[in-house]
Amino acid sequence: MTDDVAREAGHADPPPRMGFFTDTSVCIGCKACEVACKEWNAIPEDGLELTGMSYDNTQGLGASTWRHVAFIEQRVPAAPGGHEDVDVFDAARDLAGSPGGDQVRWLMSSDVCKHCTHAACLDVCPTGSLFRTEFSTVVVQEDICNGCGYCVSACPYGVIERRPDDGRAWKCTLCYDRLGVGMEPACAKACPTDSIQFGPLEELRERAADRVAHLHATGEGDARLYGEDPQDGVGGDGAFFLLLDEPEVYGLPPDPVVTTRDLAGMWRHAAAAAATLAALAAAGFAGRSR
Amino acid sequence: MSEVTRGGPNGGRRRRRGRGERAMVPDAEFASYYGRPVLKRPEWQPLDVAGYLWLGGLAGASSLLAAGADVTARPALARTAKLGSAGAITLSLAALVHDLGRPARFLNMLRVFKPTSPMSVGSWLLAAYAPLTMAAAAADVAGRYRIAGAAATASAAALAPAVATYTAVLICDTAVPSWHEGYREMPFVFAGSAATAAAGWALAAAPPGQTGPARRTAVLGAVLELGAFRLMKRNMGLAAETYDSGRPRGWLRAAEGLTAGGALLAALAHRRGRVCAALAGTALLAGSAALRLGVFHAGVASAEDPRYTVVPQRERLAARSRTGKPEEAG
Ligand code: SF4
Ligand code: SF4
Repeated sequence: MTDDVAREAGHADPPPRMGFFTDTSVCIGCKACEVACKEWNAIPEDGLELTGMSYDNTQGLGASTWRHVAFIEQRVPAAPGGHEDVDVFDAARDLAGSPGGDQVRWLMSSDVCKHCTHAACLDVCPTGSLFRTEFSTVVVQEDICNGCGYCVSACPYGVIERRPDDGRAWKCTLCYDRLGVGMEPACAKACPTDSIQFGPLEELRERAADRVAHLHATGEGDARLYGEDPQDGVGGDGAFFLLLDEPEVYGLPPDPVVTTRDLAGMWRHAAAAAATLAALAAAGFAGRSR
Repeated sequence: MSEVTRGGPNGGRRRRRGRGERAMVPDAEFASYYGRPVLKRPEWQPLDVAGYLWLGGLAGASSLLAAGADVTARPALARTAKLGSAGAITLSLAALVHDLGRPARFLNMLRVFKPTSPMSVGSWLLAAYAPLTMAAAAADVAGRYRIAGAAATASAAALAPAVATYTAVLICDTAVPSWHEGYREMPFVFAGSAATAAAGWALAAAPPGQTGPARRTAVLGAVLELGAFRLMKRNMGLAAETYDSGRPRGWLRAAEGLTAGGALLAALAHRRGRVCAALAGTALLAGSAALRLGVFHAGVASAEDPRYTVVPQRERLAARSRTGKPEEAG
């Protein structure tokens, strides 16, 4: 089903659909992926700023940031949820002695283009610059893009962006060049904890389901998959995630929908409006002579 | 919609409230990543894109007036409308090209035809429409090739309603909440706004003796635009807020006043003469332009605030889990 995206896009005998499974529960925030991506893809520097919000000075995905590690600092009770045998009152009494009275947990997550099954950026691109590869990934052809910016407003995840000095749109290619010669993408290769896993999507989904089950069993009840469901509003992501909190905490939309899902309805309403305009003008000429 | 995030230990989760103002709806609490937007801000330039929408509407509805004027033997109105549509569509194409990151690659728009891309559909539409308006105007001014001119005028009029309304699909086919959520009514808003702009141009530039149809078109267009706009805001949900605050509010207030006032003046213009008609026309043109700017800025504002992305999606998920569909958050 979802592995047919490449075939639907016209590839006669495509290889299996390839993707990323980013398991944020083992991310240590080292940003090796960010660096590897920049180096391999020769992406220009895009601002060296101190944001004052956690350790995240990269800030977000963009034309010149194709992997972005989010850092979320949360205060949590000392006894994390899931340990049913812990007496919370005892735990609270113990806490009274410790400075601060609670603990901090860090959520770290390496974000990337989702390589959507139904990719809005690709749908709306008027030049055909954005295309679906044989690996079912979504890639911009920079020699064709005319910088119309439509894809930027269409992406429900805020991923793709125009590079100011260059005018064209850029985003993660899932290392199309490396995939072509049987290598894994630079970020996955560089990740020291295997938080970023690359492989055939079907395989990744199985691995992810096992991982969630394992985390639930060990008491991490908040672990959940994001973007793995082929029934969701974008038909499932080619790059999906294991998160430890709600998606929006990581800056991800909780229930994204590809805008072109409503396109037929949009054209229908526009057709009705066009007919109304024609009728309105005709009415203007009807009747009185002046 | 007060509790939109999960229960359980959530300590110092970063939350952002709406802009500190007391809204009519209960304050939605929602999580975000340090208040940063989920979406990318549309990168289009306000003047280019609002201008493109405005001029496209002006051109399209002017073609309809031109054809009607031809049929009903109002030569002065016909010439004004033909020149208006040719001029407006030329400027609108210039605005489109100017807004590209790579203007020299404009022709890549015609590299493929993609029904899933309103910008592709629109480019082909304009590629057919713009030459027709120019042929119609040229034949009229030259006073020759009457048959070809009439054919061009009629063909341009056939494409004109699409030219005036497809731009609504163009902006609604995005992830931008205040545009996308209005996709049902926006084409009607734009149709009305196109009618008032074209009527305004005719009133301002054609002799009053022939502008009866423009006056009636102005009134009908204003009713359509203002009515559809109200309906749109009512049906849009949370994203309607951006139309009623900040910069968009100013533009839209101005648009409402100018369009309603212009239409009223237009209705009276046949008794008040040239100055009144010119005033009415100018107000209508300005009202239509202000509407496009207001809509543009409202969309930008809705993309810049994660609230308009996260809260409606959270509500959608909550509604889905209430009705027992299997889908769960993330
Ligand atoms: S995440 Fe955005 S840029 Fe990436 S494929 Fe999906 S729509 Fe396109
Ligand atoms: S900016 Fe480039 S890639 Fe994006 S929609 Fe326009 S032509 Fe396509």
